[in-house]
Amino acid sequence: MAIIVTPETRVLVQGITGEFGGRHTKLSLDYGSAIVAGVTPGKGGQFFEHSAGQQNYRVPIFNTVRDAVAATGATASAVFVPPPFAADAILECADAGLDLCVAITEGIPIKDMVRAKRAMLGSKTRLIGPNCPGIVTPGTGKDSNGGCRIGIAPGYIHKKGHVGVVSRSGTLTYEAVFQLTSKGLGQTTSVGIGGDPVNGTSHLDVIRMFNDDPETWGIIMIGEIGGNAEVEAARWVKANCKKPVAGFIAGATAPAGRRMGHAGAVVGGTEDTAAAKIAVFKECGIECAATPSDMADALLRAAKARGAKLA
Amino acid sequence: MNIHEYQAKALFEKYGVAVPRGVAARTPAEFDSALSTLGHDGALIVKSQIHAGGRGKGTFTDGFKGGVKFAKTKAEALDYANRMFNNTLVTAQTGPAGRKVQTVYFTVASDISKEYYLAILLDRNTSRPLIVASTEGGVEIEKVAHETPEKIFKVFVDPAVGLQGYQARQLAFQLGFTGDVFKNAVKLIDSLYRMFWETDAAMVEVNPLITTPDNKVLALDAKVSFDDNALFRHPEITALRDLNEEDPKEIEASKYNLSYIALDGNIACLVNGAGLAMSTMDIIKHYGGSPANFLDVGGGASKDQVQAAFRIILTDPNVKGILVNIFGGIMDCNTIATGVVAAARELGLKIPLVVRLEGNNVAAGKRTADTMADAAQKIVKLVA
Repeated sequence: MAIIVTPETRVLVQGITGEFGGRHTKLSLDYGSAIVAGVTPGKGGQFFEHSAGQQNYRVPIFNTVRDAVAATGATASAVFVPPPFAADAILECADAGLDLCVAITEGIPIKDMVRAKRAMLGSKTRLIGPNCPGIVTPGTGKDSNGGCRIGIAPGYIHKKGHVGVVSRSGTLTYEAVFQLTSKGLGQTTSVGIGGDPVNGTSHLDVIRMFNDDPETWGIIMIGEIGGNAEVEAARWVKANCKKPVAGFIAGATAPAGRRMGHAGAVVGGTEDTAAAKIAVFKECGIECAATPSDMADALLRAAKARGAKLA
Repeated sequence: MNIHEYQAKALFEKYGVAVPRGVAARTPAEFDSALSTLGHDGALIVKSQIHAGGRGKGTFTDGFKGGVKFAKTKAEALDYANRMFNNTLVTAQTGPAGRKVQTVYFTVASDISKEYYLAILLDRNTSRPLIVASTEGGVEIEKVAHETPEKIFKVFVDPAVGLQGYQARQLAFQLGFTGDVFKNAVKLIDSLYRMFWETDAAMVEVNPLITTPDNKVLALDAKVSFDDNALFRHPEITALRDLNEEDPKEIEASKYNLSYIALDGNIACLVNGAGLAMSTMDIIKHYGGSPANFLDVGGGASKDQVQAAFRIILTDPNVKGILVNIFGGIMDCNTIATGVVAAARELGLKIPLVVRLEGNNVAAGKRTADTMADAAQKIVKLVA
């Protein structure tokens, strides 16, 4: 079992008719993911078409998420809606009772997310993101095709296997996955939780799921400066997780008080610096990658120390 | 986005947060009329307006001490203002280069009974607005939190209902207020929260908040920053942006949707993705080099963006080498490589360039380094 999504997960795309949403819908279709519907208010009844080789796709578009769910049985959504309307799109997922909402949109006002997260309290819908690369559960085909790709991550760098990856940063996630695949270590699921200060799913949420998943044998956790989500997750790992865990924290050289691209990546106090987080990782038995080139090797060291298998 | 103290106080007044009367002047010619407008015969405070804290304890590059001065008379205030204007103020927060003072703010000097601290910001752990207050004002709040945490009071606001009356009262009681001061403090906390929420502020800090002998509660200082993502719905706040306070390279970068922050090293980096960009800086440092900047070209990294990024990087005279690190997951590496080559040619690049490309169609991109570690070591060696 992978976590959160499987190759069978039926996915709808909010913002499928936009340039960005459309481009990545095509890539997900090519990857073999079950993209079953699109939602664009006012374009219900139209179709999103895509042809690749012998394959011709015709994805129905609906006016509302509820309509899309009723007609197609979709249980997950990818949100590619522009920032001013993205929180509304997320809440529409919750209202329709989806299991999962993956918000790719970057630049959503923090206040909108504060309100959306409050409104989703008690909802069954899991939110991943926003400002995230999304989630990939690799498939068994060539270049891991046949898996579930929701979002913007490159599918082909993955390989089906037994390592779980969780990260706040997109390209750093790809870097970790690529290193793993290059060393013959496949992944169960790779989850990008996003770089914003208010997000749906935390490092800890994902690590709990990896810990419970019998197919996941080792975990890479990638964090960055700002907040204390990585510290919270590390303390939980120390108390509860028996699997090898490797970690990396970006931003050791970032100056205090400057926002480093991600809205969440700002050093505010003494507790949320890279050095403080790395110290907690070490104290919690998490093998730290010295550089971003060292992430897969760090996990191999952690596995060796525990006598655990990764593949 | 940050704004000046005088702009923040104008917003405070709009929302009913009491502040000492004041007038800002942007040229020395305006000093006289500003003081007449203020129409105050008593003591005045003259305040340098820059986007950095620690002004009172700062020193100007010509040796003049203090970016905030107490003046007993108008003549004294004028003298201070003239010495501050166009002078460069160095504080603990500006870095050694300091900031040029281009606006001076005159306020009425207030009689102070006691100083307090009040701030509103987002608490990441609860995803809720947090109000922080302390009986210890006018000092570094980090120090208070560390040494006497019992003097810090907190209230978390439920965004579904907003700040409740009992919460504002609780803070006012905890600060030890009674009578008219209590009533004025409750009103101020409520007004300040409304301003924070309605303007999409990222942080509002009042240090010090003061009480006066005539039972007023006033925001003596004001530090406000806004959520950049929400500026699209606040044109009146966007208009407060002061480009003089920003690095021209950062302004140029923002025109191309590049996220650029100047640092003081000599190896420039050009990277896609914020996390990878931060860790590229880290790996340069790890191998003994020093990064000249943070530069995230975003997920797309078009040819135009890459060229603009090179132009901006090269305006920094400290740059002795460039490291390009692109994980082209979806993008074709060949497109990026073409952009890099075109930019290097167009700008007649004379300094070492190491390019690490990984991902889609990488063979066509003709990489010059294999891994990030390999690339970082190469560029550090080349500029050494």
